[in-house]
Amino acid sequence: MDNQLLLTHITSIMGAEPQAEIDNYGMLNVAVSADALIGLVEGLKSQQGFIYLTDICGAHYPERVGGEFEVVYHLHNLVANQRVRIKVALSESALTVPTLTGLYAGANWMERETFDFYGIQFDGHPDLRRILNMDDMDYHPLRKQYALEDETRTDKNDTFFGR
Amino acid sequence: MSEITIKNTGQIISTETIDGDIATLNLGPTHPATHGIFQNILKVDGERILSAEPTIGYIHRAFEKLAERRPYNQITPITDRLNYCSSPINNLGWHMTVEKLAGIEVPKRVDYMRVIVMELARIADHLVCNSVIGVDTGALTGFTYMFQEREKIYELYEEICGARLTTNVGRIGGFERDFSATFHAKLNKFLEEFPVNFEEFDRLLTRNRIFMDRVIGAGPITAERALEYSFSGPNLRAAGVDYDVRVMNPYSSYQDFDFDIPVGKDGDTYDRFVMRQEEIRQSVKIIRQALEKMPAGDFHANVPEFYLPPKEEVYRSMESLIYHFKIVMGETAIPAGEVYHAVEGGNGELGYYLVSDGGRTPYRLHFRRPCFIYYQAYPEMIVDSVLSDAILTMSSMNVIAGELDA
Repeated sequence: MDNQLLLTHITSIMGAEPQAEIDNYGMLNVAVSADALIGLVEGLKSQQGFIYLTDICGAHYPERVGGEFEVVYHLHNLVANQRVRIKVALSESALTVPTLTGLYAGANWMERETFDFYGIQFDGHPDLRRILNMDDMDYHPLRKQYALEDETRTDKNDTFFGR
Repeated sequence: MSEITIKNTGQIISTETIDGDIATLNLGPTHPATHGIFQNILKVDGERILSAEPTIGYIHRAFEKLAERRPYNQITPITDRLNYCSSPINNLGWHMTVEKLAGIEVPKRVDYMRVIVMELARIADHLVCNSVIGVDTGALTGFTYMFQEREKIYELYEEICGARLTTNVGRIGGFERDFSATFHAKLNKFLEEFPVNFEEFDRLLTRNRIFMDRVIGAGPITAERALEYSFSGPNLRAAGVDYDVRVMNPYSSYQDFDFDIPVGKDGDTYDRFVMRQEEIRQSVKIIRQALEKMPAGDFHANVPEFYLPPKEEVYRSMESLIYHFKIVMGETAIPAGEVYHAVEGGNGELGYYLVSDGGRTPYRLHFRRPCFIYYQAYPEMIVDSVLSDAILTMSSMNVIAGELDA
């Protein structure tokens, strides 16, 4: 199975041509809406053999208005050795995607981690709590507005190298 | 009469079948048998485990956030501290990710050198895991012998990069120096002595009746469940799935080597143990081949914008001085793009998802940590077994706190 063939399969699963591109490193990237995610992943799992969920993670792009957050899924078909990357863009006002825990048991902690760091809600998740940070933390630390270092520090002059 | 529901699996156990009271047991966070900081709140009826709830994050160090502020070459020391039993694999996997992003081709010699270092790391990682399984069953002898062997591997690391545990080995584009004559001498000695000592260790445990009775059937998982939980590495292969990144998506010229991928059947502690034993033998085989076929050439790629020039050049030539300055100050231009690169780490598929916007630091870096992903199956694997099996299951899964918590 190559990327083009996979793309035609994805088109038939979704019923419409998705927004997709093959990146310079040979990975097919498919952008879908949060509503279409479950249908696509279910189809990929049951019809195309993508039984292995490699990874879920979040990302924050504050300058993309209306799609500030992104959930990135990596799926793997172990028989055909084909990987695919699925991205769901979310606006800051509606940070909810459906959970994949019904399809992959391993999605549980990956989604908890994404929630912990970005505050993205996974609809239907059985146990959506923080996982690596402490429970009473009141913000989601990997969002770009939280600088790593205290911005009020005056003992470091970073004028020249932009740090 | 009451019922308790087991979290994660939804299994319901009626307390009617249980004699006596249910006790809550805190296994960890600091417990000598857990080899790291893990907390598990167990509900036990006598020795029998009814439910388990793991809490993780005790040594979370926000590596992904740290990485967003560091130039690419300064992220290598962070990767050391993921799976600290096999740091070189993490380091070299990271270098390969950056090379993939920037389109750097490394000479064949670098590939082979990397294979040697990574397989040494795999041996060290598996030795720790397997000898600790021995300790948890009450056999301390093998552990003391195998830690001597691991010490020799650490001496080899020292010869390559000067460090032992957190190695920070290699650079983007290759190695900082070629393997020395001392390294070759020590490696040859190691390859001569290690298999003999290792087989002795193998004879102590693998066909030992007491050990087998103890570990066979402890903490099993089926291939289907293991795949559902996105297991990888020896734990997945022990369950009977032959997925190994080195074969499936060869990196660093692994396709040039002839080696076998052992596959188990039951996914229990014994299979995981045997899997790692066999992988150690295969790693020795790979190192021998790499040494034998080691191509001539340079020990780093010719990429002056990423790879530090020799110091004497920095004093003499303008270009070298500029590159030196740019690399040290972290001002190297890296193309924008996003890339996922996976290597077969000590515990399985160690992936790097890297998004670059062309700036001096990654825009987003996510580590796919095999430990983090498969440890969530732990409650399912130990429920309905006894407490001492739970300890064995944890050590045979080789859960490393550094990788778990990132």
